[in-house]
Amino acid sequence: MSSQHNPTETLDVKGQSCPMPIVKTKQAIDGLEAGDVLEVVATDSGSMSDIQGWADGTGGVELLDQTEDGDLYIHYVKKTD
Amino acid sequence: MSTDNQPASADEGDSGLTADAPSLEELQDRVDELEHALTELESDDGQKKMTIVATKGSFDMAYPPLILASTAAAFDWEVVVFHTFWGLDIIHEEKSKNLKMSAVGNPNMPVPNAVAAIPGMDRMATRMMEKRIEENGTPTIEDLIDLSIETGVELQACQMTIELMDYDEADFYDGVTTGIGAATALQHMAESDVQLLI
Repeated sequence: MSSQHNPTETLDVKGQSCPMPIVKTKQAIDGLEAGDVLEVVATDSGSMSDIQGWADGTGGVELLDQTEDGDLYIHYVKKTD
Repeated sequence: MSTDNQPASADEGDSGLTADAPSLEELQDRVDELEHALTELESDDGQKKMTIVATKGSFDMAYPPLILASTAAAFDWEVVVFHTFWGLDIIHEEKSKNLKMSAVGNPNMPVPNAVAAIPGMDRMATRMMEKRIEENGTPTIEDLIDLSIETGVELQACQMTIELMDYDEADFYDGVTTGIGAATALQHMAESDVQLLI
């Protein structure tokens, strides 16, 4: 998996569907420090638009990147404050 | 007629303005007041609020309010779900584990209504749905209730329908707020950015 974003932590939500990828991402971000990057690995295709919408609508986070790797949807979310 | 009246009323307006013209101080006070109100509005902007009224207690209808509520909580929204009538069953500790789907009147069921009405068909429809939910990685109703409470969603039980359904306040999950009426629910709706009736 791409390490160009240097994730602090990886969250595995493979096999879980809406709303769990978002809810778990939020919980994981809450446990991180400002500047940390969370890598979220999901199999839910809806997570592509959901994580983007969540990051846009939530303060203190920035979506760095989203990639597809076979059946996997990988997201990099930075905690900004 | 109307052209005759116009200059007269404009004159009145002018004289009224001169007589009641606010002083510079009064205007300054008013500007300060408005600026203060604007600052408050702007600082309030980040905090969105949602109120959902959950009125249905069937297995499939328990999901939408719980999914939307827990997702909104992940957005840091302030969320209230007001449960009334059969919606109470969603947060009723015993009943929530036993919610059923109706096979009759459900056009998506692969059987005609006459067959769907046979005893046991509701249970079968519910089992089928439960199985699909598990295979899909969708959380259970209990999981979603725990998650909602854990993430600060306020689950409210309508007091009037608790009594109507002959339920007890102790029947509900820990963390559920009881003793709530329609007036409180309306107040939350009025303050909310999003209001949904499910």
